[in-house]
Amino acid sequence: MRLRVKLFAFLTRYRVGDAHRENLSSGTPFEVDLPEGATLADLLRALQVPDEEVKMTFVNGLAQPEDWQLKDGDEVGIFPPIAGG
Amino acid sequence: MWLIRVNMTDLTSSVGPLPDAYQHLGGRGMTSTIVAKEVPPLCHPLGPNNKLVFAPGIVTGTPAPTSARVSAGAKSPLTGGIKESNGGSSWAADLADMQVRALVVEGQAKKNGKFWGLHLLWDAAASQPKVEFFDASEHAGKDLFEVFPKVYAKFGDKISISGCGVSGEYGYGNAGIVYNDPAKGPTRYSGRGGLGSVMGSKGLKLIVLSREGTPGVPITDEALFDQGRKKMIDALRTHDITKPKGALNTYGTAVLINIMNEAGGLPTRNFSSGRFEGAAKTAGEAIFEGNKQRLGKELYNHACSPGCIIQCSNTWHNPDGTEAASCVEYESDWALGANCGIDSLDDIATMVKLCNGYGLDTIETGATIGVIMEAGVIPFGDSQGAINLIHEMGKGTPLGRILGGGTGFAGKAYGMTRVPAVKGQGMPAYEPRAVKGIGITYATSTMGADHTAGYTIAPEILGVSGKQDPLTPEGKAALSRGFQAATAFIDTSGHCLFIAFAVLDIASGMEGMVEECNGVLGTQWTTADIGRVGAEVLKAERAFNEAAGLGKETDRIPEFMRTEPLPPHNQVFDVSDEALDSVYAEL
Ligand code: SF4
Repeated sequence: MRLRVKLFAFLTRYRVGDAHRENLSSGTPFEVDLPEGATLADLLRALQVPDEEVKMTFVNGLAQPEDWQLKDGDEVGIFPPIAGG
Repeated sequence: MWLIRVNMTDLTSSVGPLPDAYQHLGGRGMTSTIVAKEVPPLCHPLGPNNKLVFAPGIVTGTPAPTSARVSAGAKSPLTGGIKESNGGSSWAADLADMQVRALVVEGQAKKNGKFWGLHLLWDAAASQPKVEFFDASEHAGKDLFEVFPKVYAKFGDKISISGCGVSGEYGYGNAGIVYNDPAKGPTRYSGRGGLGSVMGSKGLKLIVLSREGTPGVPITDEALFDQGRKKMIDALRTHDITKPKGALNTYGTAVLINIMNEAGGLPTRNFSSGRFEGAAKTAGEAIFEGNKQRLGKELYNHACSPGCIIQCSNTWHNPDGTEAASCVEYESDWALGANCGIDSLDDIATMVKLCNGYGLDTIETGATIGVIMEAGVIPFGDSQGAINLIHEMGKGTPLGRILGGGTGFAGKAYGMTRVPAVKGQGMPAYEPRAVKGIGITYATSTMGADHTAGYTIAPEILGVSGKQDPLTPEGKAALSRGFQAATAFIDTSGHCLFIAFAVLDIASGMEGMVEECNGVLGTQWTTADIGRVGAEVLKAERAFNEAAGLGKETDRIPEFMRTEPLPPHNQVFDVSDEALDSVYAEL
């Protein structure tokens, strides 16, 4: 299945292994192919984003836990701890 | 410790000891207590019977980190209710170091085009502060970026300044009180609720504080204070959000743009969608990267006020590396950006700077322009048009005065039904339909639509202090109530609200805050008292509002948010009136 993925803030540094992604700025979507049934945790592993640096993961605009099962066409946003006001 | 009263009617002042009943108050607790006690709830906010109260927080002026904050309070010309508006500046610390716990401005100078300034300084011979009046008429009608350098030239470098801009002279509902930033610019604000107009209505233009010779804040129990301070510093230095080169220090508050957009809760084009296609271009990350490109190096943020170790205040730079605006906060960035369909950081920065120069609240300004764009006066996305409208406000033209009245006022003038305001105050940068808890805070806060009054965004969006589903109304009344009470305590303590991100997650930091307060005051509060002390402040504010005619009927979200589903989640604001009423009924 194919996902549209966005990394934000500090996490943009984990665009490893894909020359196309290296210059992408925060929040610019890119596509990732994963086997059917993969979870958010599988996606983080595939992107080599360390678990402990991730605070919030959104699938189609809704926050979901790491064991959330993804499906083809999902939009995923991955954030480190951030805040403001 | 002193309470200073200034009477603008006869240009007299009195410096007296702080009354016993006020000994344990500071910041918002002080301003709201005095306003609730002394201001007739039905008085005209711009008349002689309103009072403008300034109070540094309990630990302001001490070495407690991130605590140079001041509360300004009065009856609000925007909402008609009580108002506390918080700002960060050396002005706060200087007032505290003069041992002034409250400065109360009363009465009204005779209007003959004259504006006055106050100069507060330490009288070493008498061992107490003293007040001098000076003629500030030459600064009337001027841009604050012109005024501030002249005031520094006259009084020297060892001063702090507060004042109102032309917006406050005109009596706008949208007029903030300005304070100096660390670079002596007029960019720090008690922005919300029109307090600048309360100041202007009194014939008062400036309050200058001289820090020379001031004795500093006495601390009752040094050991306990130090213990608390260390716990607070540890919490702020270790939490990912508040630590050096952490999220706030790197990206500033505008780091929220992307996550609010992702969650479908970034109000766009006058609250007609929760997603803005230009979000990433205006986000905190874009500010960091843009500065890096234009300056040729990474730039981390600075402190708005002395002693802040979070340091979240950014500066946006022009292509030639000169300063464009300081500071482009999340709220300003959103209000003048996504909410107006504008995606150019340069244009947003231009507007922020104009607001700072005219003394306008950026949130109210952006919320107003959003409504006016929907009314068709200018199209969404027209930044030059928006810039022109801000100039109209600054010049005091008839159109400018309609806009300066605030979001609710301008909406009425144009016959609009989609007006995002509660109690007349424009909504900040979180969509109530996509984040139910913050909608409850907007509806029920004593302040009108105010995100800082009970920032449920922390658990609903950011995963700070637990995680809660933003789309469900379940349990959110209690959540908002708890946040509103804790916030009233933090606003009383003198800490910047942003310490909450760390201390909500790190229990010892929360203890540290209470120990700092106990160390200064000699009280014996525990963390269990935070909610109680905060609730007392809220109750005083609420009683004032009810007597001013702002009862629970006004604790409501605009009708269109109940009927019009918001994309992308297609939600309406589905919190029952009973749930809204329970926030204060069960306080
Ligand atoms: S955290 Fe930011 S807003 Fe708060 S005191 Fe520090 S610099 Fe100012």
